[in-house]
Amino acid sequence: MSLEVVKNEKLTRKDFTSDQDVRWCPGCGDYAILATLQNVLPQLGIPREKYAFISGIGCSSRFPYYMETYGFHTIHGRAPAIATGLKAHRPDLSVWVITGDGDALSIGGNHLIHALRRNVDLKIILFNNRIYGLTKGQYSPTSEYGKKTKSTPYGSVDYPLNPTALALAAEATFVARTHDTDIKHMTEVLKAAGEHKGSAFVEIYQNCVIFNDNAFTQVSDKQTRDDLSIKLADGKPLIFGKELNKGIKLNQGSMEVVSFEADSPPDDLMVHHATKDDSVYAHLLARMEEIPGLPVPLGVFRAIQKSTYDEMVQAQVQDAIEKTGPGDMEKLLNSGDTWIVENKA
Amino acid sequence: MTTHSEANPQKKTEELESVVIRFAGDSGDGMQLTGGQFTNTSAVLGNDISTLPDFPAEIRAPAGSLPGVSAFQLNFSSSEIRTPGDQPDVLIAMNPAALKTNIKDVHHGAIVIINEDAFIPRNLERANYESNPLEDDTLKNYRVYRIPISTLNQNALVDIDISGKAKDRCKNFFALGMMYWMYERPLDVTIEWIKKKFAKNELVVEANIKALKAGFHYAETAEVISTHYKIQPAQLKPGKYRNIMGNEATALGLVTASTLAKTPLVYASYPITPASDILHELSKRKNFGVKTLQCEDEIAAIGAAIGAAFGGSIGLTGTSGPGLALKSEALNLAIIVELPLIVLNIQRGGPSTGLPTKTEQSDLLQAMFGRNGDSPLAILAPCTPGDCFHMALEAVKIAVKYMTPVIFLSDGYLANGSEPWMIPDYQSLDPIEVKHPQLTSEKFLPYLRNESTLARPWAIPGTPGLEHRIGGLEKEDVTGNVSYDPQNHEKMTHLRAAKIQAITQDIPDLEVLGKPEGDVLVVGWGSTYGAIYSAVEKLQKQGASVSSIHLRYLNPFPKNLESILGSFRRVLVPEMNMGQLAMILRAKYLIDCQTLNKVQGQPFKISEITAGIEKLLSSTHEVKNVARSR
Ligand code: SF4
Repeated sequence: MSLEVVKNEKLTRKDFTSDQDVRWCPGCGDYAILATLQNVLPQLGIPREKYAFISGIGCSSRFPYYMETYGFHTIHGRAPAIATGLKAHRPDLSVWVITGDGDALSIGGNHLIHALRRNVDLKIILFNNRIYGLTKGQYSPTSEYGKKTKSTPYGSVDYPLNPTALALAAEATFVARTHDTDIKHMTEVLKAAGEHKGSAFVEIYQNCVIFNDNAFTQVSDKQTRDDLSIKLADGKPLIFGKELNKGIKLNQGSMEVVSFEADSPPDDLMVHHATKDDSVYAHLLARMEEIPGLPVPLGVFRAIQKSTYDEMVQAQVQDAIEKTGPGDMEKLLNSGDTWIVENKA
Repeated sequence: MTTHSEANPQKKTEELESVVIRFAGDSGDGMQLTGGQFTNTSAVLGNDISTLPDFPAEIRAPAGSLPGVSAFQLNFSSSEIRTPGDQPDVLIAMNPAALKTNIKDVHHGAIVIINEDAFIPRNLERANYESNPLEDDTLKNYRVYRIPISTLNQNALVDIDISGKAKDRCKNFFALGMMYWMYERPLDVTIEWIKKKFAKNELVVEANIKALKAGFHYAETAEVISTHYKIQPAQLKPGKYRNIMGNEATALGLVTASTLAKTPLVYASYPITPASDILHELSKRKNFGVKTLQCEDEIAAIGAAIGAAFGGSIGLTGTSGPGLALKSEALNLAIIVELPLIVLNIQRGGPSTGLPTKTEQSDLLQAMFGRNGDSPLAILAPCTPGDCFHMALEAVKIAVKYMTPVIFLSDGYLANGSEPWMIPDYQSLDPIEVKHPQLTSEKFLPYLRNESTLARPWAIPGTPGLEHRIGGLEKEDVTGNVSYDPQNHEKMTHLRAAKIQAITQDIPDLEVLGKPEGDVLVVGWGSTYGAIYSAVEKLQKQGASVSSIHLRYLNPFPKNLESILGSFRRVLVPEMNMGQLAMILRAKYLIDCQTLNKVQGQPFKISEITAGIEKLLSSTHEVKNVARSR
């Protein structure tokens, strides 16, 4: 069974909205992500019944209940494993994993890296709010060092994890980042993820108004965001800034910001290519946010093609059937050394 | 090839009903393989057989050491047998450590065949022998054959151009050859096997075959062994047979179930002893549509199986005790979302890592209760290696019919033990019905139950119009929507329990071995079947008032269990644990059952069960006499 893409113009956001009341806190970033995805899915041309949304535990993991698709709200951290089983059996489905920073990177870290490493054709959407929301405000694996929360009144002594760097290290074939306040950008990224064949990892900076408000002003504050973040565009030089007068170049192996007159960028700026064979460049992008003075990259870091796990599992079955013929039960039962006990009577 | 005794008229032939042989050597000596070959050859000859491999957890413990000893016991017979035998009649000890660890199990007067060459000071020291047991009186009660197996083997292979070390590795075939002569076995089954197994290396094929033949001819001509023995074929039920191990039968049963259900199988597992062979077996069955996933851990494995089941496959995972512990949260997910799932748990000695290669039945309570909440599921337990096939079919049938997880409790003894298995006629097996609903004019309700089974519909992704959500939060009855309503939770808890109870309608009544009432009823489950059956049968022949039943369905229990329990004065429950079934029976039926427990990593001997029954019988008589004298 291969993914059969059927153009179905009639589907709209409404078709993907379930009859369940949405129960996130008012003002939660999850609403925008839900609405965006409900808009993106009809654009992918896949029949609605072919979608399956699998989630773990956490605020974000309630997501499947609000989607009028097949959905499975599973257990904490295990969604990638469950989705792997589903996709391995049913390569014809478009399988999405909805997860959060605690679900995917703490309790479910192991499953996440292995799903990515195998290149299972899953769309893994990680809502990163850098906090535990559902359990009411403990620090998460992406919370900044020193963060004061209910469980860390003296500040957290855990160093945070970088989700995109982790995904790249786990050999993800598609890695992207977007955020919940830029609907247009989020639409583009989610669409690209939906169209990618293989495991697509998308980190969405998601604002938790209750327990970690304003965690992502770097990308959301209208005044400063253009100077503090950079939108990646394939084949285009790395240029950012409100005036589009800043760029990034490599200097002795390190990335640095250079300023120039708008409209006349220097030739030696780095040029974005998400499809480079090796992942060295993508790793540089993933580490940018850690370097003071560099903007946070948004967009598709890496998108390469590689056979998918589900496709290869299926191919081995097809191959075996072609080579040895479909399984013959009688033959299998009677294989090995056999003997007959005669009826003595 | 049958008997060559004409070639040496000095030699006598004796007829025996059954023989228990134990091959013991270093884990590098190929004892499992040797035992396996003797088993196959004997099976093909038509003997009834039962085997007990016993190997260390370490792949290669230091050569010659006591922990490194690997043994394989088999019982072959011209009459029906059900256990690998209580005590070996013949011990083949390839080195001092093998002698040391095994001789205590061997009855006096038994044959002990020794590889004399290995009894050198260094090996004696490694085996903690202070003096050479061949020279002191350690073996005075045995018929000892001292044979320089290593030297004879080297001499036989002198012309073959392989290293001395490689030649030495053939010595197990030399020993096997001797045993083939002693027990009048043909060589052809093993020769064929060698040719296939070592096909890539002609010289190794040649060397092994030569060693095998040399052993055979040595036994035939040398003075050492004077007698050989005949064991007639057993009068098994007419039919076509093959020798089968428990794990092999389990895998075969699952593939058969998948074919009967016309539903592909997805087996997701993480390697663990003693369950891994099922993963190996199933991974060869791709042309039956079987997909095997080796997952990153035990939790991922059950997760993948659940995901596959959500997608409409027969989802399976396999493990052993420590892995089952890791899977419990996911098992509960399968319970609340009511998807079919089969979890094979091949039990081993616990707690914790415990005894990975030794058998035990100590996961019954874990299977029954090892989850949060009230979370019932179906539990089945095969009772012989061949029965694993049948019970695997049952597990799939129950899982898909009742939309429930099923735990299949096998154990190390069944998994690696083998017996002749009558090959079923595939055409006569009942089909397994799998239904996935389609859109109708009615509104689709994911938790609307079937009246008789209480199962919910298995609607699968890809079906237009049946889009729905399931999950681990409590479900509202009928709609399946998330519900925190207290009354609904109580109702759903009862429904989940009632659904499992409904399975009794498909469980056959227990058959009592012996009279339907009397003094003592022995209640067994799982792999203790052979020992209990043999013990009870023996005592019945002596006139004892004892019967037995054997449980293969542990949750729910068969309908007639309670009435059978009530028909006997005393109930004895032998288990390879500290009394887990007994605890359940006491709690459920308020009966005073006696326990007979063994937790030595080894199956029960017939004599141990017999002794337990006799003890209870005598106390029962005392009770009766006291009652009468009042
Ligand atoms: S707690 Fe935070 S993340 Fe959770 S729903 Fe409320 S705002 Fe959203």
